[in-house]
Amino acid sequence: MTENLSLAKAINLGLQKAMRDDPRVILMGEDIGTLGGVFRVTEGLKNEFGENRVLDTPLAESGIVGSAIGLAMRGYRPVCEIQFDGFVYPAFDQIVSQLAKQTTRHQGTQAFPVVIRIPYGGHIGAIEHHQESPEAYFVHTSGLRVVSPATPSDGFHMIQQAISSNDPVVFFEPKARYWPKSDVDTGATPGPMHQSRVVRTGSDVTVVGHGAMVAMLLDAAEVAAGEGISLEVIDLRSLSPIDYDPILASVQKTGRLVVAQEAPGQASVGSEVAATVAERAFYSLEAPVIRVSAFDVPFPPANLEGYYLPSVDRILDAVDRSRGF
Amino acid sequence: MPYTEATLQLLSTDGTLLESDRTAEYRALVDGLDDDTLRSFYREMVTTRRLDIEAGNLQRQGQLALWVPSLGQEAAQVGSAFGTRAHDTIFPSYREHSIARIRGVDFLSIIALLRGVTNGGWDPRESKFRLYTLVLATQTLHAAGYAMGIGLDGKVGTGNVDADEACVVYFGDGASSEGDANEALVFAQSYQAPIVFFLQNNQYAISVPVVRQSRSPLYLRGEGFGIESYQIDGNDVLISYAVTRKATDAARSGQGPRFIEAQTYRLGAHTTSDDPSKYRVAEEEELWKERDPISRFEKFLRSRGEADAFFDQIRTEGDDLASDLRTRTLAMTPPPVDAMFDHIYTDEHPLMTAQKKWLAEYEASFGGES
Repeated sequence: MTENLSLAKAINLGLQKAMRDDPRVILMGEDIGTLGGVFRVTEGLKNEFGENRVLDTPLAESGIVGSAIGLAMRGYRPVCEIQFDGFVYPAFDQIVSQLAKQTTRHQGTQAFPVVIRIPYGGHIGAIEHHQESPEAYFVHTSGLRVVSPATPSDGFHMIQQAISSNDPVVFFEPKARYWPKSDVDTGATPGPMHQSRVVRTGSDVTVVGHGAMVAMLLDAAEVAAGEGISLEVIDLRSLSPIDYDPILASVQKTGRLVVAQEAPGQASVGSEVAATVAERAFYSLEAPVIRVSAFDVPFPPANLEGYYLPSVDRILDAVDRSRGF
Repeated sequence: MPYTEATLQLLSTDGTLLESDRTAEYRALVDGLDDDTLRSFYREMVTTRRLDIEAGNLQRQGQLALWVPSLGQEAAQVGSAFGTRAHDTIFPSYREHSIARIRGVDFLSIIALLRGVTNGGWDPRESKFRLYTLVLATQTLHAAGYAMGIGLDGKVGTGNVDADEACVVYFGDGASSEGDANEALVFAQSYQAPIVFFLQNNQYAISVPVVRQSRSPLYLRGEGFGIESYQIDGNDVLISYAVTRKATDAARSGQGPRFIEAQTYRLGAHTTSDDPSKYRVAEEEELWKERDPISRFEKFLRSRGEADAFFDQIRTEGDDLASDLRTRTLAMTPPPVDAMFDHIYTDEHPLMTAQKKWLAEYEASFGGES
């Protein structure tokens, strides 16, 4: 069945389906119950499943993740919502030193299927701590899986796949893409969660991104096409592990790679992609891999976010530089 | 002074069983214990101390990277462990060696952890004794969440003590300052979770005295969160048993969390890397040796007619177990190299597979020589 959904609604329906399918799935977070979350992603779920499965928790992020670990030890599959990207750090120790390492500490005797949903990224004009892209911290941590849906369709399917995963999954939801609608086939069988995907074929330059960047890359590809330049756009979808095969295949075809991300470039997901492609496809490259990132400064006051974050123009500038080699 | 007017005690330092109105309900619980159970209290305290000393020696001889002694804290631990029921789940910190033993965990598993053979050591599903946790107070939240799960499972407040569950989480005076400890109290109280917070106040967080963590008795922390709280003489195995039994039964019956502060003392170092002479005075150590939990309980048992033969037997048992522990420690081998890639994830993960394969091929490239 195909429905025209926003990403927020698609994730909402995905959560609902997962909860209907498995009574051990419970939701935890701040304001997610009666209010339905500050982005309304959990709207209506408390009504359907009750307060024992949709927990309005005390306002303490470490407490949310730490108690979710205990609930997982008890056999539950908790899905935690961190209200905003910049609020995840109080839970950092519980995610990095506890959740990520529980499976190995337990030597496989117990799984830790905890999902941590984090609305992330800029373009919404919000105040400090509400527009960040902290995914690299979690990608760097073994024991976690990290994914980010760019479309309503992926939101619907990937949240269910994340909940089904027997490993901890950090699930980054691009806030800038919460509201635009597109078609979702809710009856489709999705591909693997950790697959990157070519979302526009092209021949001149490969451009890679994730989350809200994917729509921007598609916009850039449209503009470039008007100038006779053909961009191949790849949606990473999964940040840990990263599925390199489509990227390497594309680079073997185009010889050029631009990686775009909202996060600062230093030690970022884009850096990892650039390094790996350089290692594995060096002789296919006609130009250095170019990253288009936010600057290496704290997220500035929102009035300046248009200069801080990558834009269609900055992506096209990188494409031109790549083609100049 | 660690002891306050609130401190509950059943056994004086000279081994006399005390009577007071305030402790009558605990005395009744202890009066219900048979001789074999009381002997078990003694056996576990003495045996753990013996193994503890053996482990310290093994560390000094280069067999362990580190050892974390529990000397002096045996009564708080053994009493509270017996205070739980077998279907209760225990979340330790990293010094609860006697409780591990009581729950059936092989002492060698703890040795393996501190010898660098494993980062876990045992299967907590069997013992209901969860793994040691080294980042202070993080386990308090795991325990609070687990207790919330007990509630969600409907295993609380049915009135059947053999079906209703509780969990006990151990932490210390230093850990009480961590944010997680305080968040755990918030979550436990908010959800009325069946959990007992058992704080072993051993007076020092490595070198820093408890007064730096709190200017008021730590059991008041629990009360500050609206949780019924107790301060006990942690070197009195009987009060530790009785108060823990009461607190866990209250928690399992649906009355919400409980908080116990056990006043005790780490007679040894924080770890084998520590030097207490830099921050403790001998007079203080002597004072606490007079309060030793084992000698106190031995006097009590002798006053009940226990003969030398029993104490000799326990000592011999301890020596035999220590000898066995030494033998098995020396026989331990490192895990296989590629084990580092196993169980990082539960489901297949391409990076683990690729790097495991790479390392195996790299090692093999040396022609089979290690």
